[in-house]
Amino acid sequence: MKKGFKTEIKIDEASSPRLNGYNFAYLDEGTKRMIRRALLKAIAIPGYQVSFGSREMPLPYGWGTGGIQVTASLIGPDDTLKVIDQGSDDTTNAVSIRRFFTLTTGVKTTEKTSVATLIQTRHRIPETPLRPGQIIVYQVPIPEPLRFLEPRETETRRMHALSEYGIMSIKLYEDISIHGRIATAYNYPVLVNERYVMSPSPIPKFDNPKMDRNPALQLFGAGREKRIYAVPPYTRVKSLDFEDYPFRVERGEQSCALCGSRESFLDEIITDDRGTRLFACSDTDYCQRRHTEGQRGSFSGMPLLAAKRLQREA
Amino acid sequence: MVWEDRPLLRALKVTKYFGKRVGCCDVSFDLWPGEVLGIVGESGSGKTTLLQCLSGHWVPSSGRVYYGEGTNGLADIYELPEPRRRYLMRTEWGFVHQNPREGLRLRVSAGANVGERLMALGFRHYGGIRADVLNWFHRVEIDRDRVDDFPTTFSGGMLQRLQIARNLITKPRLTFMDEPTGGLDVSVQARLLDLLKGLVSELSLSVVIVTHDLAVVRLIAHRLLVMQQGKVVESGLTDQVLDDPQHPYTQLLVSSVIQA
Amino acid sequence: MMNSLIAVQDLIKSFVLHLQGGIRLPVVNRMNLSVRQGECLALNGPSGSGKSTLLRLLYSNYRPEGGAILVKHREEWVDVGTAESRVILDIRKRTIGYVSQFFRVIPRVPALDIVMEPLRRLGMPTEEAREKVEGMLRRLNIPGRLWGISPTTFSGGEQQRINIARCFVVRYPILLLDEPTAALDATNRQVVVELIREASDKGTAIVGVFHDEVVRSAVSTRMVDMGPQEGSV
Repeated sequence: MKKGFKTEIKIDEASSPRLNGYNFAYLDEGTKRMIRRALLKAIAIPGYQVSFGSREMPLPYGWGTGGIQVTASLIGPDDTLKVIDQGSDDTTNAVSIRRFFTLTTGVKTTEKTSVATLIQTRHRIPETPLRPGQIIVYQVPIPEPLRFLEPRETETRRMHALSEYGIMSIKLYEDISIHGRIATAYNYPVLVNERYVMSPSPIPKFDNPKMDRNPALQLFGAGREKRIYAVPPYTRVKSLDFEDYPFRVERGEQSCALCGSRESFLDEIITDDRGTRLFACSDTDYCQRRHTEGQRGSFSGMPLLAAKRLQREA
Repeated sequence: MVWEDRPLLRALKVTKYFGKRVGCCDVSFDLWPGEVLGIVGESGSGKTTLLQCLSGHWVPSSGRVYYGEGTNGLADIYELPEPRRRYLMRTEWGFVHQNPREGLRLRVSAGANVGERLMALGFRHYGGIRADVLNWFHRVEIDRDRVDDFPTTFSGGMLQRLQIARNLITKPRLTFMDEPTGGLDVSVQARLLDLLKGLVSELSLSVVIVTHDLAVVRLIAHRLLVMQQGKVVESGLTDQVLDDPQHPYTQLLVSSVIQA
Repeated sequence: MMNSLIAVQDLIKSFVLHLQGGIRLPVVNRMNLSVRQGECLALNGPSGSGKSTLLRLLYSNYRPEGGAILVKHREEWVDVGTAESRVILDIRKRTIGYVSQFFRVIPRVPALDIVMEPLRRLGMPTEEAREKVEGMLRRLNIPGRLWGISPTTFSGGEQQRINIARCFVVRYPILLLDEPTAALDATNRQVVVELIREASDKGTAIVGVFHDEVVRSAVSTRMVDMGPQEGSV
C-alpha cells in the first residue's frame, strides 16, 4: 500500500515553507480524492482510459496539467519529488513544475532517480531502473492511441470495449509498406496486460521495453483530454508489431560524449555556429552519476550545459 | 440439424417506420447458401431501408431477421450480443456501399484497405497479409502496382472493385450490396457485374443486392423481390419475374427498360 | 405413368396485360400432357398457339395460372408451378436443360466459359469440364479461335450453337428445345439432329418446337398439335 493515499493531510504549518492561502499541493482535498479514485480504477484495469474531472491549473493545457494533477493528488510531505522534461531536470518546464510543487507543498526535491519516491516526466523514462515503491507519472498529450485513424470518440471507446484493434495493425502495415519497417519512432503503441492498446505518451520507442514488467507504478495523466490511465507494477507491456517485423530497438553508433555510455538514449547537441555537434545522454541524472563515478566520454572540453550540471552538484 | 436444411438468412415480417412514414413493411423471405437475391424497385420503394435492416445496421420497428450462424441454428441478429454482431459484420458479412468512398478508408493505402479485415481477425504476418492482398488485387483486376497508392487516386470503377476486394477477402458467407454499379460508366458496370458474377459462383457467396437496374439483376440474381412503396409486390425467380410479370407495377418496371 | 418424366395436368395459362387496361390473353386452356423417357415430343401449331409458352411453363420461366406441371426430379415428382425457388434452381441445374430461341449475351465472358458453366455448377473439375466442352464445340463446328472470345460478336448461327452446346454438355433427363436449328445451315442442322437422337437413345425425354420439317421428322417420336386445347394428348 503506497504511502500517500490518505484522505486527510495534516500538515505542520510552521515547518513547511510553502505559499499561504493554498491547500497542500494546490488542489483541494475533494479533487484529490476524485483523482485518486480515478487512479484506483485505472490501476484495476491496466491500460484503460478513465475519465476524470480535470481542473483548471495555473498553467495552460499542453504544459503538463494532467501529470501535475496526478502528482498533486498523490504527493505527501514525506515524498521526494523528481521532475524531468525530455530526460533533463533543468529545462524550463521541469524547473517550473518542480518550483510549483516546492511552493505548494514544501516537499523535498531531487535530481537523483534512485532517491525519488515520485517522478513526474515528460516524454522520457529515466535510464536508471526504477524500484518497487516508486511512482512515475507521465505527461500525456493525446491519450487515445486510435485517434489518428478514428476521430470519433464514440467509435474508439467501442473499439477498446470490444478489443477491435484492426486499425492499429493498419498503421503498422502502412509503415512497412512505405518505409520497409515500422517507422513509428515515438509514442509507439503498446498492448497492456494483453488486453488494452495504450499510448505510452510520446516517449521514444527506445524507452518502450522499460515499461514491460516495471517494478514501479506507472501513471498517466492527460489534462486537456481529461483522462487517466495506469500500468500497475510487473504488468506485461508489449509493443505492437508483426510476426515477421518484430519490435526492435535501434541503437546508433554513438556514445555519450560526457560519460561514454553506449546504452542510454542520446540527445544531439549543437555546440557552436559551425555546426559542431556532440551526443550526450538525454537523462541528465544518469549521465551525471556516471561522470561522478569516473566514466568519461570522448569529449575533453566542457559544453556549457554539462559544466552547469557539474557545478550545481559540487 | 443438417447444414443444408437451414436458410442462411431469414426475414420475418420485417417492418421499419420512420415516425408515421413507412420505410418497408412486412417483408419475409428465406435466403439459402449460394443464392443471389435481387431487390428491385424505384427510389423510395423501401429497398435500401430493407437492406439496412437485414444487414444489422437499422433495428426494424417490428419483425425479425435471422442468420444461420455457427452450428446453432437461426439466431435473431438483433438479439445477439453486440460484440458478436460486430464480429459477424467484420467477418461473415460483407457490405458493399453504392458510394465506394463510404466503404473504404480513404486516408490509408489500397493494400491496407483490403488487408484490414484480415488484420482485424488477428492475422499478424505482414508478408502473408500482403500476399493475400495482392492476390485479391489480381482477382478484381486492379493493377498490383497500385497496392500502396491511396484510394483518392483511383477511378470510380477501381474504387468499387477495391471495395469488393476489401469485403470478400474474408470470404463472407453473406454479402449485402447497395447499388454496386450505380454511378459507373456502362462499360465499367459491365466489367464489374462480370466480376461479381464470377466471384459469386466461384466462392458460392450468398448475396442480397439492391438495385433499380433490371439488367443487373437479370445478370447476377437468382431470385427477385419487387418493391413498391415499402411492400413486396412480387417475388420469384429472376427470369420468372422479368419474363412473366404478374403485378401491374412489375409489368410497368419491366416495360420501362430501354433496350439498347 | 411408367417411365414418365413430365406430367402436365389441367394446365391453364393466360397473360393479363395491366398496361393495356388489364386485357386477358388466354394461351393454354386445360392442357394435359405426359412425356416418357426416350420420347421426343414435337409441338406443332401456328404462331401464337402457345408452343414456346408451354416450354417456358415446363422450365418454370412462366408461372401457371392453374393446374399442375409435374416433373420427375431426383426420383420424386415435383410440381414446378408451386415449388420453392431453390428447388426449381436445383431442377434447372440437374434435371431440365432448355435451349431457348433467344441467346442472352453476357459481355466479356468467353464462349468456353459460358459452355463450361453448367458443368462447373455441378461440381465437375475444370480440366474435365474443359475437355468435354472443347469436344462439343468441335462437334458443333465452332472453331478454336472463337473459344476464348465472348459470343457478343458471333453470328446468329454461332450463338445458337453455343446455346445448344451449353445444353447438351450436361446429361439432363429432360430437354426443352425451342427452334434449336432455326439459324443453322444444313451441316450443323445435321449435327444437332444427331445430338438430339443420341440424347433420345439415352432415355432423355424431349419436348421441342421444330419448324423445320426435316428436322422434325428426323427426331420426333410423337407430335402434339397446339391449337384449341381440350383433352389429353
